[in-house]
Amino acid sequence: MIQPLEEFIIYVDPSRCLGCRSCEVACAVEHSSSKQLFSAISEDPRPKPRTSVVVADGVYVPMRCMHCDPAPCVKACPTGSMRRTDEGFVVSDPARCIGCRTCLLACPFGHPSYSSRGKVIKCDHCIDRFKSGMPPACVEACPTGALRFGRAEELLGEERRRRALEMITGLGEGGVVYRRAASPVLVGR
Amino acid sequence: MEERIYERLLRATRREFYQQVSIDPTVPQLLEKAERDGVETVWHRYLAQQPQCGFGLLGDCCRNCNMGPCRIDPFGYGPSRGICGATADTIVARNLMRALAAGAAAHSDHARDIIEVFRGIVDGWAKDYRIADEQKLLGVAKALGIEVDGKGTLEVAREVVEVAEMEFGKPGNEPLRFLNAYAPKRRKELWNKLGITPRAIDREVTEIMHRTHMGVDADPLSLIAQGLRAALADGWSGSMMATMFSDVMFGTPKPIRIWSNLGVLREDAVNVMVHGHNPLLSMKIAEVAKDPELVELARSLGAEGGINVVGMCCTGNEVLMRLGVPIAGNFLQQELAIITGALEAVIVDYQCLMPALVDVASCYHTKIITTEPKARIPGAIHIEFDKAKAEESAKKIVRLAVENFKNRVKERVFIPKEKMEAMVGFSVEAILSALGGTLEPLADALRSGKVKGIAGVVGCNNPKVRQDSSHVAITRELIANDVLVVGTGCWAIAMSKHGLFKPEAAELAGPGLREVCKALGIPPALHMGSCVDCSRMLIALAALSEHLGVDMSDLPVVGSAPEWYSEKAVSIGSYFVASGLFVHLGTVPPVLGSPKVVEILTKGAEELLGGKFFVETDPHKAVKAMLEHIREKRRKLGWPE
Repeated sequence: MIQPLEEFIIYVDPSRCLGCRSCEVACAVEHSSSKQLFSAISEDPRPKPRTSVVVADGVYVPMRCMHCDPAPCVKACPTGSMRRTDEGFVVSDPARCIGCRTCLLACPFGHPSYSSRGKVIKCDHCIDRFKSGMPPACVEACPTGALRFGRAEELLGEERRRRALEMITGLGEGGVVYRRAASPVLVGR
Repeated sequence: MEERIYERLLRATRREFYQQVSIDPTVPQLLEKAERDGVETVWHRYLAQQPQCGFGLLGDCCRNCNMGPCRIDPFGYGPSRGICGATADTIVARNLMRALAAGAAAHSDHARDIIEVFRGIVDGWAKDYRIADEQKLLGVAKALGIEVDGKGTLEVAREVVEVAEMEFGKPGNEPLRFLNAYAPKRRKELWNKLGITPRAIDREVTEIMHRTHMGVDADPLSLIAQGLRAALADGWSGSMMATMFSDVMFGTPKPIRIWSNLGVLREDAVNVMVHGHNPLLSMKIAEVAKDPELVELARSLGAEGGINVVGMCCTGNEVLMRLGVPIAGNFLQQELAIITGALEAVIVDYQCLMPALVDVASCYHTKIITTEPKARIPGAIHIEFDKAKAEESAKKIVRLAVENFKNRVKERVFIPKEKMEAMVGFSVEAILSALGGTLEPLADALRSGKVKGIAGVVGCNNPKVRQDSSHVAITRELIANDVLVVGTGCWAIAMSKHGLFKPEAAELAGPGLREVCKALGIPPALHMGSCVDCSRMLIALAALSEHLGVDMSDLPVVGSAPEWYSEKAVSIGSYFVASGLFVHLGTVPPVLGSPKVVEILTKGAEELLGGKFFVETDPHKAVKAMLEHIREKRRKLGWPE
C-alpha cells in the first residue's frame, strides 16, 4: 500500500498558466497510436486530449484528473471499469465500460469525457510513461511549470520553502485563494 | 518517422549525449570542456525547449493581428478558424510566406550592401576595393545587353551597377533584368504564364507582407504563388547579384586546397574568427591580418605564429574559396570555437549569429565584435565597419583582437587535433575550365549514364538532426550511385570536415562517377560556395538545360536540404522548386497543420512547375526517392538507366 506522502502527484499552479494549451496537444499525441505529432493529426479516430485549459473568471486553469482517493468515479462506476491501479492512478478500462456516464456525474471536476466509440475516456496519468520513468506528457510539455510532477512530499516541501522565502523577504503577494464563490456575472444571475 | 532526436537525448547519459549530438569528433571533446567550464551550448538550450509547441510545429497559430493570437486545434475538437475566419490553410500559407519573405530579404539585402560598395568603386569613395575580375564584369554586362566595345572598365561598371541598383525597386511590371538575362527561355515563358515573374526584389517581399496582413490574401495557392515570385527574385537576382559582384570585386573562385575543422585554430598564434555572410568585411580582415605591423605586434605579445584568421559559416566559405583561409566549422560549432579558449576575437557581420556567442564568450577572454549597424548583439563590442575606410576599419578591429592575446589563459586552452584537407572553390567558371571550356563532357557523361544525375545539396545544421549526419549519409549514398553532388553553405563545410572534398574521395563513388572524377582530378562532391552562391547552381543548370535543349525540369537533377533550419533555406528551396527541381527537405517545415498547403507544395507544384518539395527525415529513404526521381527523368529523356 502506498503511503499518501509517497504518492506521485501533479501539482497544478494556475498562477503560472499562460493558456498555451501545450498540455492538451501533448496529451492528445500521447494518447494517439503513433505518439508522434506529425502523424497523430491524421489518425482515425482522432486522438483526443484528456486535459483541458479552462478559463475561469479571467484565470487559466489547467483542468485534469486529480486521481482522488477515494475517487467518487470509482465508487459510482457500476461495472468496475473505473479502478485504481497499483501505482495509485485512477484509470478506466474500455473493455468493461458500458458508456453509462455515471462517472461524469460523480466527478467533482467534470473530468471524464466521452469518446466517439461510446466509451468514457479519462486521464490515465500517462501510466506507460510513468513505468519507464518519464513524467506525464502534459507536465513535460508545460513551458512555465504550471503543471509539475513529483512525489507529493517533495513538491509540497518545495512550495513550502517558496512561501517561507516570500514571508521572510516580504516579497510575497500572499497566497492566491482560488476556492471562492463565483461572481453573479459568472453564473449568469 | 525516425525517433525524434530529443527523445534519445533526454534518455541519454551525459557521455552518450555528447556522442549523439554530432558525428564530428571535435564536438564531444568540446562539450566535455563546456561542462567543466560551466558553459551552456545550443544543444543544452535545444533540450530545455523540449517538447516544442505543437501549434508552432504545425504552423497553425497566427499572430498577424491583435484580435489574436489564434490557433487551430489540429485534432479538430477546438476552433477550426481564427477570429477573422482564417482557416488552417490560410494561416499556414501566410506563416510560410512570411518566413520565405524574410529569407529572400536577407539574401537580397546582403546583395544590396555589396552593390553599394561596388557603386563606391565606380564613384571613387570605396578606395580599398577594386575590380578584381574584369572578365566576369564584362560577361555580366554582355548578358544584361550592355554594349561594352570601346568602353573603359569603369564606364561598363557604372552601367552595370545602375541596372543592379534598380533591381531592388524598379517601377513597372517588366521582369527583373538579371532573371531575364540568365534564366532559360522555357522557364521565363512558364513563369509569365503562371503570373509569377518577379518585377522588383523589394516589391515582391513587400507584397508578401501586404498579402499576409489581416484581411488581404486568404487563398493558400495565391499566397504560395506570390511566395514563389519572391523566391525567384531572390535566386535569379538578389542572391545572384551577391555572388556576381563578390566575384567581380574579390575574384571568381578557382579550385584551391584548404584545411577545415576546429583543429585549424593554433596555440602559437592570435586566432581571429570571421563569422557571418558578407565578404566585404571578412576579405579585408583576412588581408590586413598579413600586415607586417600587426603581425609584429602579435609576435611581441608572445604569439610566435602571428595572426591566424579562420572562418565560420558562409563568410568563412567566401574567404576560403578565394584566399584559402581555413574554416573552423559550420553553424553548430560557432560556440565550440570559443570554448577552445584559444580564440581572441569573433568578428561578425550578419545572419546565423547566435546571440548566445556573447554569453559563451563571457566565460573566456574572447571578444565578440559586431560590425554592422543592422546586426548588434547586447554585450558585444560594436565597431562599425566603415566601407569608405575599409582597411583602416579592419586594422582597428584586428588590432583589438591581437591586443587581447595577452588575456588568453593558457591552462584553459584546448584545441581538438582534428582537421581535414579539402579541395574547394568550384565556381561555374572553374567547373567549365575543368571540363575543358564546354559542358559537352558533362552532358556526354550524363547521356551515357556514367554520371546518372546531379544533386545540389545545401543548407544548414539543425540541432533536430545529429550534426552533419544527414549531410554525410545523403552525399555518400548519392555519389555511390553515380550522382555528382554539388552544393554550398554549411553542407559544404560538413563535406570539407568529413573528407568528401578530397579528390581521393572519388574512391567512394560509383564506377562511372569515379572514372569521371579521376579523369578530371576532382572530388565527387563539389564546393560551389556560400549560401547566396546557390545562384551558381541555377546558372549551371540553366546552361546545362540550354546545352541539352530541354527544360530545367526535364534534367535528371535533384535538390536537398538535409539539415536546414533558416528562413533563407525556405527561399532557396522555393526558387529551386519554381525552377523545376525536386527538392528534398530533411527537417519538417511548419506546414503539416494544413493538408491543403502540403498538397500544393508536394503535389500541385509539380503539375504547374515541374518541381516539388519532398519531406523525409530518414536520409536513406530520402536518397531512394531522389534516385527514383533521377531514374524517371532519365527514362523520359530516353537515356539508359
